[in-house]
Amino acid sequence: MDSFAPIPALAGGVLIGLASALLWLGNGRIAGISGIFGQLLPPARTVIWRLVFLVALVLGTFAASWLLPGLGVGGPGGQPAQLAAPPPGWKIPAPLWIAVSGLLIGFGTKIGNGCTSGHGVCGIARLSKRSFVAVGVFFSVAILTVAITGIV
Amino acid sequence: MAAQIRLPYLATAALSGLLFGAGLYVSQMVDPLKVLRFLDFGAIPTGGWDPSLAFVIVPAIVVMFIAVRIGRRRQAPLFDTRFNEPEFHHIDAPLVGGAVLFGIGWGMSGICPGPAISLIAFWPPDLLVFLVALFVGSYAGALIIPSGRDKRLALAR
Repeated sequence: MDSFAPIPALAGGVLIGLASALLWLGNGRIAGISGIFGQLLPPARTVIWRLVFLVALVLGTFAASWLLPGLGVGGPGGQPAQLAAPPPGWKIPAPLWIAVSGLLIGFGTKIGNGCTSGHGVCGIARLSKRSFVAVGVFFSVAILTVAITGIV
Repeated sequence: MAAQIRLPYLATAALSGLLFGAGLYVSQMVDPLKVLRFLDFGAIPTGGWDPSLAFVIVPAIVVMFIAVRIGRRRQAPLFDTRFNEPEFHHIDAPLVGGAVLFGIGWGMSGICPGPAISLIAFWPPDLLVFLVALFVGSYAGALIIPSGRDKRLALAR
């Protein structure tokens, strides 16, 4: 429990909600990162705003880590960010573990049309039946995966 | 399409991205290990569970829910001619199968696509491996499942 801080969590959630609300009411677009990322390649005619959004996403993370240092990982005064190591005893090289995870996430979010932001935030807020199913499935499977691999 | 290269449209995308990125840092969802500590429900009885992700996603949904209600009373968003709301409503095998594969990948690393991009700001070791794999996986998926509204609707007919 040492790392649980409800106020930054709630404040960050409101920021993510405002970001999604702005993109929806301003541009009529769903702030689903897998979708924004997954249609970056030509011939998508909407490459420019997607690139602008993703570059701003990185800059926003970076700027916040300097304005509000020391909330956890990242920025000055924060701990260095690191990716999860493979579960103890699995004898799999870390880059391979990470690569398999990335492939599954890229492929799964493409055919399933969304991730934690597109289905989890925007889809639930739109009361989309597809998103309720997707969110129920990917949260359950992720929780099971952590339980089975013992990665934490 | 012309609307999508005008300044107000791109400025909105930029401001949205900035807020989203700031939100991922402030909530610390940018930290994959913190996300994994949420997914570790086995730690609930021992008091080691980190409920943060729930505290992040609920207010985000509430704010977006209000925005969707406001949007339903309008004909169009401010800077484009229509809301790009998905019109595909069937629960199909790609949706469920995709969510299963995403869930496995997410449980392996604690990284979902938003934090994957925002982590570029902090560039941890092996992030490049993850991003290349994410792109390759997404591209492979696009070869199998048509993406975009028109194609999805055509498939549903």
